[in-house]
Amino acid sequence: MTMLQRVYLVEVLSGVALTAAHFFRNMGAHTARALGRKDARGAVTIQYPEERRPYSPRLRSLHRLVRREDGSPRCVACMMCETVCPAHCIYIVADEHPNPEIEKVPRRFDIDLGKCVFCGYCVEACPEDAIRMDTGILEFSSYSRTGMIYTKEMLLSLEPAGPDGRPASPVPIPADRRP
Amino acid sequence: MPRLTINGGEVEVPPGTNLIEAARKVGVEIPHYCYHPGLSVAGQCRLCMVDIEKTPRPTIACNTQAAEGMVVWTETDRVKETRRSVMEFHLINHPLDCPVCDQAGECWLQIYYMKHGLYEPRMMDEKVHKPKAVPLGPHVILDAERCILCSRCVRFCDEITGTGELGIFHRGDHSEIGLFPGRELANKYSGNVVDICPVGALTDRDFRFQVRVWYLDATKSVCPGCARGCNIDVHVNRRRPHHAEGRRVARLKPRVNADVNTWWICDAGRYGFTFVDDKTRLVTPSRRDGEAVTDVAWDQAVSAVAAALERAAPGEVAVVASAKMANEDLWALRRLLVHRGIRRVGFRIPPRVPGDEDAFLIKADKNPNSLGAELIGLEGNVRDLLAAARARQVKVLWIFGHDLFESALPEADVAAALRGAETVIFTGTSANATSERARWVLPAAAWVEREGTYTNFQGRVQRFRRAVEPLGQALAEWDILGRVLQALGAEATPPRAERWFRELAAAVPAFAGLTYQAIGDAGVMVTR
Repeated sequence: MTMLQRVYLVEVLSGVALTAAHFFRNMGAHTARALGRKDARGAVTIQYPEERRPYSPRLRSLHRLVRREDGSPRCVACMMCETVCPAHCIYIVADEHPNPEIEKVPRRFDIDLGKCVFCGYCVEACPEDAIRMDTGILEFSSYSRTGMIYTKEMLLSLEPAGPDGRPASPVPIPADRRP
Repeated sequence: MPRLTINGGEVEVPPGTNLIEAARKVGVEIPHYCYHPGLSVAGQCRLCMVDIEKTPRPTIACNTQAAEGMVVWTETDRVKETRRSVMEFHLINHPLDCPVCDQAGECWLQIYYMKHGLYEPRMMDEKVHKPKAVPLGPHVILDAERCILCSRCVRFCDEITGTGELGIFHRGDHSEIGLFPGRELANKYSGNVVDICPVGALTDRDFRFQVRVWYLDATKSVCPGCARGCNIDVHVNRRRPHHAEGRRVARLKPRVNADVNTWWICDAGRYGFTFVDDKTRLVTPSRRDGEAVTDVAWDQAVSAVAAALERAAPGEVAVVASAKMANEDLWALRRLLVHRGIRRVGFRIPPRVPGDEDAFLIKADKNPNSLGAELIGLEGNVRDLLAAARARQVKVLWIFGHDLFESALPEADVAAALRGAETVIFTGTSANATSERARWVLPAAAWVEREGTYTNFQGRVQRFRRAVEPLGQALAEWDILGRVLQALGAEATPPRAERWFRELAAAVPAFAGLTYQAIGDAGVMVTR
C-alpha cells in the first residue's frame, strides 16, 4: 500500500465522493425527466416481486418435460441428461415403451432442484428436445429438501413461458410449502 | 514359421495365423466385425481391408494367412478410404438410435465410426424397416434394424453349440437375422451371442434398460457356478444407485482364458449372480432363541462361537464345510480344526437333483472349489457326521453355506441332526431353511465382495477380486474364522486374503510356490 492508501481518511473520502457523484447524477437525470426531458434516464429500482423485469428468451428457468401430441412424455430415457449433469441431480429409471419404434420411456424422472446448478447441459444433451428450461419460473423454494425434488408428473404439467417471458404455467407449490 | 512385416514391424507367427491375429501381435488393431477368433472366418463385413505389397487391391485380413516375406500396410490412404466406404454401407439402413440402444458405449459401430468413419452421410432415401424388440429366447432380444449381418451369432449357434437356431433370411437390403420356424434361442450358451454381437442387434433381456454401460466398472473374477471356474468380468454399477432397483452387480461377462473357457460362459453362470443383491442376504450377525432373533455385534458373536467350541470336547464338534468357499477360507477352517483337534468334517453334500453336465463347459459339480477343499484336506463323510449329530454325540454343529434341506439327504434326518446338536452355527451369504434353525448366524460376504481363489476341476487356481463392498456387516469366511481363531487363543491370523493364501501355499504341498502374483489373471495349476 502507498502512503496515501495507508491514510485511511483519504480513501474513505474518495469512496464517498464516488457514491455521491452517482447519487447526484441520477437525481439530476430523474429531475430532468420529470421536467419533460424524455431522453434523460436515471437508474431505476424494480419493486420485485410486485414488479418484474422482462426475462430474456435465453433465460434458463425451471425445467419442464415436453409432451408428445398424445400427452405422453417425449423423453426416451436415454440418460444423456443424467450422464452429462455435472450436479448429478437427475434421476431416471427406464421402462419398456409399448411401441417398439420408441422403445424406451421413463418410469421415473426426478430432478433435485436443491442440487441443480442450472447449467442447461441437460437441454443441450437431449436428442429428443424432451427437456427445456423455458418455463420462466424462477421461484420454487421449499421448506424441505424433498420439496425441491420435482417428479416426472410435475415436470410434465409445466407450460412454456408466454411471449413476454412471464410464466404461463401455475408455479407448482410443493406440498410442504406454506404461505 | 512365416515372418512378415506389418506397418514396418517384423513379426513371426505360427503357420495358419491370419493377418488380424498377426497384426495384434505387433500391437496393430485391424478393425473388423464378422471375424471372431473363436469362430470360423466368414469374410462378411469387408471392414478388415489391408494393403499387401505386390497385390493389386486391398484384401480382407481375416481370410488372408500370414506368409513368409509378406509386407502389410494397414493405414494407407487407400485402406482408410475403403474402411470409410464400408462403414458407410454398414450404416445405410442402421437406425442410428444410439440413445435408446443398450449397446451404446460398447458398440463397435460407434467406436469404428469415430475412429475410421467420420464421413458425410449421403443417404437420402427412407431406411429399410425391420422387426424391432423381438424376443428370440429367454435371454436374448433382437432388433433386426440395427443388425449389420456379420453372422457371428449364426456361426456361434452352428459351430459352438451346434444347435443352429439362427439364420439369415431374405435377400439384399431386406436380409435379416431370425429364428428358423418353430425354434427358440434357448440353448445353454445363448447369452454369448449378445457378447459377440458387435452392434446392438442382440441385447440381453435381463440387462435391458437396467443401467447404461458407461456407468459400469469391471472387475476380474471367476464364475462360482460350477467346477469349471470360467473367467469372468463382474460389471458393477456404483455410480447411479437408483438404477436397476439398487442392484449393484449389473451383469457378468466372459473373460478370455484359452485354458478354461476360451471366450464363452454358460447362461446358468451368466445369470447366477442375483443372490448377491437379493433380500435373503444375511447382513448382521444374529442369535436365535426359539422364535426370537436378535442382531448382535461381531465381537459378541465371535466370542460366543469360540466359547461354544471351547466348552465342547473336540469329538463333540462337527463342521460341514462348503466347496463354495475359497481356498483361503478352507485353509482358515483347516487351521481352526487343527487348533481344536476337531476331526468330524466334510464338505460334499449330495445335491437333490444331479447337476447337468455337457462336453463343453458345464460341469455336474456345481461347486467352484471341490478340488481345493479336497487338497486342503477337508474330505469326510457328511452322512456319518449328521448321524452322529442325530445320536446326540455332537454338541456344536457348524454349517457353511449349505441348505441341508435342499439336498439329497432325507429331510427328517437333517431336521433331527439340527435338533440333536446343542449349538448350531450357520455361516453363509443368504438365509435359508438351515440358517433359520441355527442359534448363531454369521453373515458371509459374497464372492464379488471379497478377494480369494478357487481351484477348478483341472487343478487350476484362479483369483477372483473384490468388485463391491460387502453388504451390511458381512465378512469373508477367512475373516470370520480368523476372528474365532484369535478368540480361541491362536497365534495372530493374517489380515488379508493374500496372506492367508501365502500361509496355505507354505503348508499344503499342492499349493507350494503359488502366490497371487504368480496366479495373475489366467490362473496356475496346482502340483499333483
